[in-house]
Amino acid sequence: MALTVQIQKRYGSFLLDVDFTVENRQVLALLGASGCGKSATLKCVAGTEKPDRGRITLDGRVLFDSASRINLPPQNRRMGFLFQNYALFPHMTVEGNVAVCLKRMETSRRRARVRKLLSLLRLEGLESLYPRQLSGGQQQRVALARILATDPQVLLLDEPFSALDGFLKWRLEQELREILDRFSGPVIWVSHDRGEVYRNCRRVCLLEGGKSAPVADMAELMENPGSVSAARLSGCENYASVCFSQGLLKVPEWGVTLRAAAPWRPGHTVLGLRAASLHPAKPEECNAFSCRVIRVVEDVVSIFAALYPDGGDSQAPPLWMELPKSVWAALPDRTRLLVAVRPEDLMLLKQEEIPCTKPQF
Amino acid sequence: MDWFPLYNSIRIAAVSTVLVFFLGIFAAHAIAKAPRLVKGALDVVLTLPLVLPPTVVGWLLLLALGPRRPLGAWILETFGLRLTMTWSSAVFASVAVSFPLMYRTARGAFESFDSTLAQAGRTLGLGNFYIFWRIQMPCCRQGILAGTVLAFARALGEYGATSMVAGYTPGRTATVSTTVYQLWRTGQDGLALRWVLVNLGISAAVLLAVNLLERKEGQPWP
Repeated sequence: MALTVQIQKRYGSFLLDVDFTVENRQVLALLGASGCGKSATLKCVAGTEKPDRGRITLDGRVLFDSASRINLPPQNRRMGFLFQNYALFPHMTVEGNVAVCLKRMETSRRRARVRKLLSLLRLEGLESLYPRQLSGGQQQRVALARILATDPQVLLLDEPFSALDGFLKWRLEQELREILDRFSGPVIWVSHDRGEVYRNCRRVCLLEGGKSAPVADMAELMENPGSVSAARLSGCENYASVCFSQGLLKVPEWGVTLRAAAPWRPGHTVLGLRAASLHPAKPEECNAFSCRVIRVVEDVVSIFAALYPDGGDSQAPPLWMELPKSVWAALPDRTRLLVAVRPEDLMLLKQEEIPCTKPQF
Repeated sequence: MDWFPLYNSIRIAAVSTVLVFFLGIFAAHAIAKAPRLVKGALDVVLTLPLVLPPTVVGWLLLLALGPRRPLGAWILETFGLRLTMTWSSAVFASVAVSFPLMYRTARGAFESFDSTLAQAGRTLGLGNFYIFWRIQMPCCRQGILAGTVLAFARALGEYGATSMVAGYTPGRTATVSTTVYQLWRTGQDGLALRWVLVNLGISAAVLLAVNLLERKEGQPWP
């Protein structure tokens, strides 16, 4: 039992081409940079936009099928869509917003239902307020209550926390998790924030330039992204092209030769290196090389140092290293460093051409 | 003093405002969704009565509705209805000149409406009729109300097209504006002054109503 989405839609020169399946009780992250087609995908799934071709099924029920000209209106798809700005009706109270889709229910049952939802989302006491009188977090909870009132079969979350500030975000994320844990259908969580989806989704579908990658396991993808675009989304800072000779990786841009744990595979011509996997080294350590520190950026809990390897190409971008502040402060010389990287932290990546997909219609 | 012109003016303005309210909203709603080229062309046609001299509008109306013209003659023959020189003929004139005001303000309001609210309504299972009348209209009520008041005021003050289509027949088609002209023409300045004062009173009341509505708009819902 699952939601299966296989659709294509052309917007001018942009082609949206996505293909994924979400099982019941599964939270799938749709991860991609802004403008890669995440929101358009959600709209096609919800039915507020019509794909050019393809098929969308939910537990075997066809919601959209271009071949047999089936396109259920959004009203009949039973998708709970949490909009980025929550889309609460400004002229209705909290209670009115939650009850809006229950208007055919008899009054006493409707009241009980609304009360139950309001208490589930801890909105008691706010019944008669209007959306503009609520905080961002309260607005999101009202939007969730309104969605749950329709008894949806699927939840679609469009950047649920982009409208909130950091402090609120953390607490609300835990609350949303509790609700998702109780939900029995498939969930699609659209985001560009890798931390947010890493914490909340086990499965991930990367979207790049409108094209979806095969659904992958989240932890695996973050640890071993496989491609440059996936590595970028996983937050990897350093990239350089490599060649392979005599069992070792030569990195001309950095002027170093490194030992990698994973065997080299054809086509994997880019080395990805996370700033946090570089560390100050002892002289005899494996994969050690000396660098000049050219810039230091202080972050909240760590230090980012921009390094130029001694034998490296001076035109190449600097190599970033991330260290805890205490480690940085304890370094004897903070202008020249010997650094190293463990062989298992070297990520070999495929530099994929962005596929130039031609429309097939 | 015979109060018929006041009664007639208000009657004409009220009927034409009701008609223009629905016509304007329908046109604005339909055109907001039209392709750009169609939108541009229809926009010019629908706004034309706003910039044309009212006498030209009146002349065009007579061309369509006059008893010796094909349409007017056909209606006179089939239904026995005369479309000119009656109080209801003035409604045609008022509708024609006040329609663009309603149409344009309603369209502006619809264009600034956040369409994700309509999308949210659809995913929540609400019907399109409900979404339009119970979500979009309340959200656009400021523009809609302003358009309605402007259309009413314009209909109340209409002179040019009305005098051509409905003429001036005391006790039958006379309106406040045609009466003022008639009284001035026949040298009854004292009586004309009274009607001028009535007109000033009505205009002040309309402006006051607009201001009160605007002040209310600034407050939170509802």
